[in-house]
Amino acid sequence: MTALDHAPEPPSLAGRVVSDEVVAARAPWSRVVEAGQILRIVDLGGNQAVDCLLYAAADPTERYSAQDTVAAQGNVYLGTGSVLRSCEGTPMMTVVADTCGRHDTLGGACSKESNTLRYGQHTKHQHACVENFLTAAARHGMAKRDLVGNINWFMNVPVEADGTLGIVDGLSAPGLSVDLRAEIDTLVLVSNCPQINNPCNGFDPTPVRMLVFEPEVAAP
Amino acid sequence: MTATPAAARAHARAQAGAAAVAMPTIPARDAVDLPAGVSPEAVLWDEAVAAGGWASRVLPRGSTLRITDVEGDACAAILLHNADQPIERLNVADTVKVQWQAYLGVGSLLLSDMGRVLATVTTDTSGHHDLLCGCSNRAHNQRRYGTGDLHGPCPNARDGFANALAKHGLDRRDIGPCLTLFKGVTVLDDGALRFDGGLGAPAHVELRAEMALLVTVVDSPHVLDPRPSWVATPLRLTAWRGSPTTVDDPLWSATPESERAYQNTEDLHLGLTG
Repeated sequence: MTALDHAPEPPSLAGRVVSDEVVAARAPWSRVVEAGQILRIVDLGGNQAVDCLLYAAADPTERYSAQDTVAAQGNVYLGTGSVLRSCEGTPMMTVVADTCGRHDTLGGACSKESNTLRYGQHTKHQHACVENFLTAAARHGMAKRDLVGNINWFMNVPVEADGTLGIVDGLSAPGLSVDLRAEIDTLVLVSNCPQINNPCNGFDPTPVRMLVFEPEVAAP
Repeated sequence: MTATPAAARAHARAQAGAAAVAMPTIPARDAVDLPAGVSPEAVLWDEAVAAGGWASRVLPRGSTLRITDVEGDACAAILLHNADQPIERLNVADTVKVQWQAYLGVGSLLLSDMGRVLATVTTDTSGHHDLLCGCSNRAHNQRRYGTGDLHGPCPNARDGFANALAKHGLDRRDIGPCLTLFKGVTVLDDGALRFDGGLGAPAHVELRAEMALLVTVVDSPHVLDPRPSWVATPLRLTAWRGSPTTVDDPLWSATPESERAYQNTEDLHLGLTG
């Protein structure tokens, strides 16, 4: 797959805007998206990985499971139609639109500790997604044990025939977006990835937009 | 025969010495069919696990755990935690990302979420393993087999993990992504997952503990196993004392990432012993 020259238009959303926030480069974000609402994540600057974890708002011990998600859909990549499942197999959110085309859920989140393995001890004190997840989780009474393998929106991790995989140049571009419909009330934690040692953010972390939308209910 | 306490006691005691397919060897030094070079005195744990069963154990740094697919149709879902601080646990994403490799084999490191090596894969006679699909839960088995309860005929793996960890004071929040042995999956060009099944013959994998580990194992069908019925065969778990990987082992410096992972693990133990 190759990156697009220009961003295609995402589908128009009819209804009520519940919230519309810009997440600064390198920052965490969290919000409960209620069942039926749509979360649109917009890659404002292009090639910006958005690390994302999901929790059932009613019982946060039920959380996103990358393994359940890829096993159930029989494919390691996320895109339109992907159902994001919990560790108990429950559909939490569905990708209902995607102008980027492919997203990752194998590569996990960067951490100070994994940075030391991937790049060297000199990267230990750089900011990392796990730090953002810990900050966001704490706002909701959660902690390190609640962190599991996550989704990386707009991140490109191809798996080659011999199993070789890696974070490579992105497929995303300014203005590309992904729309997630909540199937249950879902607490969404995001780390707007601060990584500067691999191409997941084009070596330049940028802001992203988080738009929560309540679709119009059709008249009876 | 059991109408009085004395009769019931005699009845209970008369059961001693019976054998079952799934049971531990106590004392462990009585284990039979040990690998060449392993003395009975070095054995720490020997336990047969029935299909659908689970077991967990704390193992010391340097010990080797052999997980055996005794009959050739087992599937071992495995969690690893740092036994001293279980907040540190297996991180499957870091394991594949740091090693630039989705598949498990001899020389693979099982990495924690703290940039350290939990265990090294030192032996593998199966070649059919999976880091991507995880284990079954109750809803999955309910859908696939009509039932998934632990007390039923098609127990799910996740609830087995939960009960095993509960006995160490841990709970569902401590169940992260797992690895599974003896059933393999391949990622195709378009990202599709192909279930490869198992070797179809007895096989074993050995893990060398690079820190004190809490190892939890469930024997349960792989989630992509297409067979309509719940099928699994027994596992045997055998562990013995040994030494962790050292700087003169080719695995230590096999890659820049492995070298730093072993160094980080050694550094942790300087703190524990110094």
